[in-house]
Amino acid sequence: MDHVTPPPPVRRLDPHEPFGASEAPATTYGNEAVATESSTFARHRRAAPSQLSIDRMQVESLSVAYSGKPAVKSVSLPIRQGEVLALIGPSGCGKTTLLRSLNRLTELTRTASFDGRVTLDGMDIMGMEPTALRRRVTMVFQQPNPFPMSIFDNLAYVLREQGSRRGRKSTLAPAVRSGLERAGLWAEVGDNLKHPALKLSGGQQQRLCIARALVAQPEVLLLDEPCSALDPQSTQVIEDLIVKLREEVAVVIVTHNLQQAYRVADYVGFMYLGDLVEYGSATSVFNSPREERTKEYVSGAFG
Amino acid sequence: METSVATPPVSSPPPQPGPPGPPRPADGRRSAAWRFSDKAGLVVCWGMGLLFCAIAVAIVMYFLIKGLGYVRPWMFVTPASTGFTQSQTGGFSDALIGTGIVAVIGIAIALPLGVAIAVWLSEFGRPAGLARLVESTIEAIAGTPSIVLALFGTIIFASPALGFLSRSTSGIVFGRSFFAAGAMLSLVALPLVVGSTREGLQAIPQHVREASYAVGKTKMATTRRILLPASRPQVATGAMLGLGRIIGDTAIIVVLLGATLNFDPVGGTPVLSYLKGTGTTLTNYVFQNAPTGELNNPEKAYAAAFVLLVIVLILNAAVDVIHRRARKVGTWTT
Repeated sequence: MDHVTPPPPVRRLDPHEPFGASEAPATTYGNEAVATESSTFARHRRAAPSQLSIDRMQVESLSVAYSGKPAVKSVSLPIRQGEVLALIGPSGCGKTTLLRSLNRLTELTRTASFDGRVTLDGMDIMGMEPTALRRRVTMVFQQPNPFPMSIFDNLAYVLREQGSRRGRKSTLAPAVRSGLERAGLWAEVGDNLKHPALKLSGGQQQRLCIARALVAQPEVLLLDEPCSALDPQSTQVIEDLIVKLREEVAVVIVTHNLQQAYRVADYVGFMYLGDLVEYGSATSVFNSPREERTKEYVSGAFG
Repeated sequence: METSVATPPVSSPPPQPGPPGPPRPADGRRSAAWRFSDKAGLVVCWGMGLLFCAIAVAIVMYFLIKGLGYVRPWMFVTPASTGFTQSQTGGFSDALIGTGIVAVIGIAIALPLGVAIAVWLSEFGRPAGLARLVESTIEAIAGTPSIVLALFGTIIFASPALGFLSRSTSGIVFGRSFFAAGAMLSLVALPLVVGSTREGLQAIPQHVREASYAVGKTKMATTRRILLPASRPQVATGAMLGLGRIIGDTAIIVVLLGATLNFDPVGGTPVLSYLKGTGTTLTNYVFQNAPTGELNNPEKAYAAAFVLLVIVLILNAAVDVIHRRARKVGTWTT
């Protein structure tokens, strides 16, 4: 993992000022606790599980090691639909490994070994077919990586059975359209689905990758630093999209960018050297961290 | 193959003393600030580049001019015949068709086999020991002179088990046919197909594969639908280069195709009889008709060489077109 310089904040935020210094105390609306803030961002943040939240995944003392060297040490946390979970921490702290363990992508590394349990809707993911699991827990990567085909075919590929070409365009078209709409891309590309996907702009490519991940109708969407290769404007579009998507899928985002975590996350897990040092609502992790390490990290002392 | 022209290392310009003038562009192009050895290197590189261009142009121009003077349309449709003067020896229609036949047979074997080997080496490659062995085998074949392959072919195809691929009289297998020559020629093309396809596969970033796995696709589906289509330009390039080698090969043709100038079909089956029989290609035609060859019809040799050269130039142009098209599809940032 290479350290990527965070893009300049698109909305007003001073990272060196303690987070939410000027914030008003959280106010409760109905069953949802919503942090009210004087600034325009993070107003959507949920400080407690909303009534609509659904437990999707449960990570129970998960450990991952690469050739015996631990990368994730006994991490436990819940992943809920209805809120965005951000994993933050310095480079090499194991947050990407944790993310990739959720759809068993870490298995592709031959030297990786696992311990612990991860469940998806109550079922142990180790007992599932990896291909079936990965359709339910899809992923978007750091670099936009559309497949070298048309926009339509990028989504149709996901809808079709493995390597099959079957499935007429007309029968797949509604699903492709809804995928692009959910990723907020339909308005821009809807009239030219034959356009080569790799000729879109970087931000559009990344939204296409999100559309591709959504078209499989997953329960959980994993995002591995999805904005680190994008310009601030595209970043903002994608962040807005992430917040919108939390109602439909459980969203987990790994980010290097503290401001980004602050803007999009409802819950935050801070990882350091493989340990989940602190997990809690974004408001509590950023404003009143329990651990000294977290305090130093969120105040910009290291990382 | 590709020749990369080395650019001389750019030395950092010495600090500029003296009065501050207008800032000069620090783009490494100010050769005035280069060390002498760098300047000399640059000159040598330029010189070598131009020299190679000159040689290539000379060869092409010589054969184009010389060949154009001798080539006649009727030669394309007239088979070779025996005669005392050059005007009586006919054309090279059999050779032209024969070139086409060995090219088709050779690439029909080399392309699927080469792509399969490349996919296995680049995407699977387990056990590692076997993969290394396959790699060095391919390299060994690539390094083997084609005359050695040809000689080996005479042993293989003369075996009774493969008698159905060539002429055989009362149990004695002749072992020379289009099948035999095509099969050995596929070995000449194989390393180029493997190399080029592997290059294409390895140029695809790992995260693209993972993106396909991450939507629940198997390795097989990913290879078939993403990786191979993405490396299609390189596969095509390998096929074109391989074709060029097949078309240009002489040793295997001379040894395994019977060293004749005409088709000599075996049996009565329409297409199979020709493939089982012996024949010739343009390279063999040029070889036999060259001033040092058995027939010594230099005019015919020049005419056939001209046609051969044009075919190879067309193949090269095709590679260029493929790459230009591939650039239009775009690629990933790494």
